[in-house]
Amino acid sequence: MSDRVPIEVTVNGAPRSVEVAVTETLLDALRWDLDLTGSKECCAEGECGACTVLVGDRSVNSCLVLAVEADGMEITTIEGLAGDGGRLSRLQEAFLDAGAVQCGFCIPGMVVSAQALLAENPHPSPAEVREGLAGNLCRCGGYQRIVDAVLHAAEPQPLADAGNGSFTHVFGARTQVKLPLPEGTATPSEASA
Amino acid sequence: MSVGDSARRVGGRERVSGRQQFVGDIRLDGALHVRLVTLDCARARILSVDTSAAAAVPGVHAVITAADLPDPMPRFGPVYADRPVLAVGETKFHGEPVAAVAAETEEAAEEAAELVKVRFDELPAVLTVEQALASDAPLVQEHREGPLATTNTLREWHFGWGDVEGARAECVVEQTYTFPMVTHFAIEPHVFMAAADQGGVTVWSAIQHPYALQAQIASLLGLPIARVRVIAPDPGGAFGGKQHAKFEPLVAFLALRTGRPCRLALTLAQTFQAIRRAAYTVHMRTGFTAEGILVFQDVQTFGLLGAYADIGVRVVSKSTYLMCGPYKVPDARVHVRALLSHTPPATAFRGFGTPQVSWAVESQMDEAARRLGIDRLEIRLRNLAGRGEEVVRGDKPADGDWSEGLRKAAEAIGWGTPLAQNRGRGIGCAIKSSATTGSSYAIVRLHMDGSATVMAGTSDMGQGARTVLAQIAAHELGITPDAVQVVMGDTGMAPFDLQTSASRSTVFMGTAVAQACRDVKRQLGDLAAKAFGADAAVEVGNGTARVDGRELSFVDVLVAGFAGVRGEVIGVGSRRGEADPQHPLGGAPSFYEFNATAVEVEVDRETGELLIVKHVSVADVGKAINPAHVEMQDEGAAIMGLGHTLMEHLIFDEHGRIRNLGALDYRIPTTKDVPLELHSLLVENEDGPGPYGAKGAGEGGLFAVSPAVASAVTEATGAVLHDLPLTAERIWRALQELPATTEGETT
Repeated sequence: MSDRVPIEVTVNGAPRSVEVAVTETLLDALRWDLDLTGSKECCAEGECGACTVLVGDRSVNSCLVLAVEADGMEITTIEGLAGDGGRLSRLQEAFLDAGAVQCGFCIPGMVVSAQALLAENPHPSPAEVREGLAGNLCRCGGYQRIVDAVLHAAEPQPLADAGNGSFTHVFGARTQVKLPLPEGTATPSEASA
Repeated sequence: MSVGDSARRVGGRERVSGRQQFVGDIRLDGALHVRLVTLDCARARILSVDTSAAAAVPGVHAVITAADLPDPMPRFGPVYADRPVLAVGETKFHGEPVAAVAAETEEAAEEAAELVKVRFDELPAVLTVEQALASDAPLVQEHREGPLATTNTLREWHFGWGDVEGARAECVVEQTYTFPMVTHFAIEPHVFMAAADQGGVTVWSAIQHPYALQAQIASLLGLPIARVRVIAPDPGGAFGGKQHAKFEPLVAFLALRTGRPCRLALTLAQTFQAIRRAAYTVHMRTGFTAEGILVFQDVQTFGLLGAYADIGVRVVSKSTYLMCGPYKVPDARVHVRALLSHTPPATAFRGFGTPQVSWAVESQMDEAARRLGIDRLEIRLRNLAGRGEEVVRGDKPADGDWSEGLRKAAEAIGWGTPLAQNRGRGIGCAIKSSATTGSSYAIVRLHMDGSATVMAGTSDMGQGARTVLAQIAAHELGITPDAVQVVMGDTGMAPFDLQTSASRSTVFMGTAVAQACRDVKRQLGDLAAKAFGADAAVEVGNGTARVDGRELSFVDVLVAGFAGVRGEVIGVGSRRGEADPQHPLGGAPSFYEFNATAVEVEVDRETGELLIVKHVSVADVGKAINPAHVEMQDEGAAIMGLGHTLMEHLIFDEHGRIRNLGALDYRIPTTKDVPLELHSLLVENEDGPGPYGAKGAGEGGLFAVSPAVASAVTEATGAVLHDLPLTAERIWRALQELPATTEGETT
C-alpha cells in the first residue's frame, strides 16, 4: 500500500480536504475520493481528453496530473459548470441544441475544454475551435456539431446565420436546429464563478 | 406530433453535466479489484503457473487459473462455445488471460498479478491470411469436427447463381483488395462487475445484448435465467464491440468464489486486445459488357477472424452474402472462408463486414468505368437494382429507390462540375442486410395521470434509442415525450430483446412499443365500456377517447375506470423476425440499409496527404422518427469511415503483439482530420418495415467511404490503390510509381 498524504483543494468552489496516495492521479482522486465521476478515464495517457478539468483557468488532462500536485489549487470539473439548481450553462445548452451529444462519454471533457477555450478566446473562429478541441476524442459524432455548439455559445445567433466558417453548412435541410436560450441561462463565466 | 421531430436527446442533460452514470461510475460497496495475468506473446504453451507469491500479497482474496475453474473448462461464445474463461494449456492471442487476481485495492491486485509466475514456451503464431492458409500452419483450434477440422478454416460458404464459367464479358476487371484489422475505440473502455445475489448473480456490463449475456452466464454457472440479472447502463459508445460476453464470465466466477463483488476495468490497450474488426482479403473478377453492364462476379473472400469465433464468423457470412452489392448481377460465384488466427477475436463492428465488401465491389465498378470510359456515377446507375429487383437471386428484392439516393449524393457533391488542381471526386454506394430473425418485446404502462413508462430491453449506446422509443410512445398515446419514461438496461425490469445491433431497434423494438401502446388503447376502450356502460360507443384515438360522442382524455377514462380502485393499464407488444432454416442467413433480411457517399478530396503531391474538402452521406431511412438523431449517427459513421480509410489499422509484430496499442500510436480522427464540409442527407419514402415506414439507420455512413475516397484520389492523381488504410505514405509511394506522363494529366 502506498503512502497517503493530505491535500487541500478547492473543487467547484468548495474547499475539500482529502488524503490521497502519492501515486494517485488527480483523475482518480476526483472520481474515487471526492465522488465526482463526471470526469472520465479512457486512454490514461493524455491523448483522449475525456478526463479534462480546469486547474485554475487552465484545462489539463487530469490523468496526467498527480493529485498531490493539485494541492492548494482551484479545480473545476464538469459538475461545476452548471449554475444554481443545476441550471445548465449556455455552453451546455448549446451542446444539446446542436446535437453534439451522442453516447456522452467524451462530453464532460469536451465541454470543459470548450469552456477553457472560450475563457481564453471568447470569439474563436471555427479553425480556432477545431484547434482548441483537437485533444478531445469523440467516436460517435462528426465533431462539427461540437464545433457549432462552441461557436454558438460564443456568439448567440441562430446557427443557420453563423456565416463565415467552414462548418456552417453542416446541418441537413431537415435539421435547422434552433438554439433558443432559455431565460436566465448561465453564461460560461457565470457558471464557473 | 412527436414522430418526425428532432427532439432533444433523452438523457442529454445528464450527459452535459457529468451526471450520466456509466458502468465504471458505479461503486459497489466492498468490491474487489480484478487484474488479468497475460503473457508477452500471442501463442504459448503454458508449462506451469505458480500463484503462491501472488496469493501472499496482503489484500489478495483470490488468484485463479484454469485449474481453479470447473473441469472441463467452461467455454462460451455467441455461435460456438469455443472461448475459455481462462486459457487452458495454451494461450491463443496476445492478451488472453492465463490467471486472474482479485484484491482489496487496485495496487494489491496489480502487485499480485505481476507476481504470478508463468513458465511458458512461445509457439509459432498464425497472424495473416497467408499464414492461416499455409499447408504447415499450426492449428489455431484443435478438437474441431468435420472436414475442415485439420485446417484453420472455421467455416466456408459458397454463394451464387447462374453460370459464371459460361458468362461472356467484354471487359473483365480482376484485382485483390485488402482491408486491415481496426479497433472499435469506444471512448468508454469496458468495465465488468459481478456480485453474488439471492442464490444467483448480478452482472454489470455496458453490453449491447444484456439478454444474451444473461443466458450465457446462466448456462455457464448452471443457474436459472431468472437468477441472473444483468444491469447494463447506457454504453459510452459500442459500435458492435460491446455485443457479446468477454470477461463477464470470469468476473462472475470470481464473485462467486470470493463472496465479494468483483470489478474489472480494462485499459484502452486491453480493449484493443479484446476485440477488433475482421480483416478481409477479397480477390474479385468482375465481368462487364462494353456498355458497363455487369455480367458476372467471381469472388474469393477470406475473412481473418481471431482465435475464437465470437460473432465474427457471422460477420463474414452475412456480409459476403451480399458480395454483389446493390447491383443486378446475372451470374455470381462467391467462395468465402472464415479463417482462425492467433489474434484478438474479430467481432461485430458497425457495418458488420459491409465496409470490407464494398471496398472491393465499388473499387471494381470504378476500375471498369475508367477502362470503359464511362462516368463512375453512370455505371452505377446502369446496374443498380430498382425497387422490386433482386440483388440475390431468389431473395428479398430491393426495397428502396436507391438510384434516388445515389443521385442525391452526386448532386450534393457537385458531380461533373469543374475541379481545381490536385482535386478529385469519388462516389460509392452499398447495402447491408439488416436484422433477420429474433424477437423484441415491450411493455407500456399508462399511469393514472396519463404519463407512461415504456419498458424496453434495447441498449442506448448513443444512437438515441430512449429518445426514439419515447417519441413513438408519445405519438401513439397522444402525450408529450416528456411524459414518457423509458426503462432499459436491466434484465430484471425490461422484457426480452434479442439484441441491439444490425440497426434493428427502431424497426423491431419500435414496432413492439407501438403495438404495446395500441394494446393499452384497446384496454382503455374496455375500461371505458366498463365505466360508462357496456353499450357505450367507444372509440380510442391517440390521447383521447370518444364515448357516446363525448370526447374524453385518457385521464378521464382512467379516473372513471379505476374509480375507488386505482391502477394502471399495461400493454404488451412484440415483433418477431421469423426463422427460415432454408435461408443461408437463417432468415431473410427485414430490410436493406442503403447508403450513398460522395467525397471531394485534395491530394498534396509532395507528402501524399489528403484533405477531405467535402463529404456527403445519403441514408435511405424510410422515415426518420428523429431526423437530427439520424443525421448525427450518419455523420459519426462517415467520420468513423474516414478513420479506417485514412489512418486506422492494427499492426502486429512477429510475436503477435499489437505494436500500436493505445491512443498514442493508434490514431482515430480528431477535430483536425474531419472534412471541411460534411453533409448528411436523408431519403424518406416511408417504405421500411418499421413504425411509420422507418428502416434502420446509423451504419450506412461507413459503407462506401473507402472506395469513394480512393476513387477521388485516382481522379486527382491517376494513382489506383487497393490496400487500406490510404495513409499519406501509401499514397506518396503510389504517386512515385506513376509513369511520369500521367502526372498533371488528370487534373
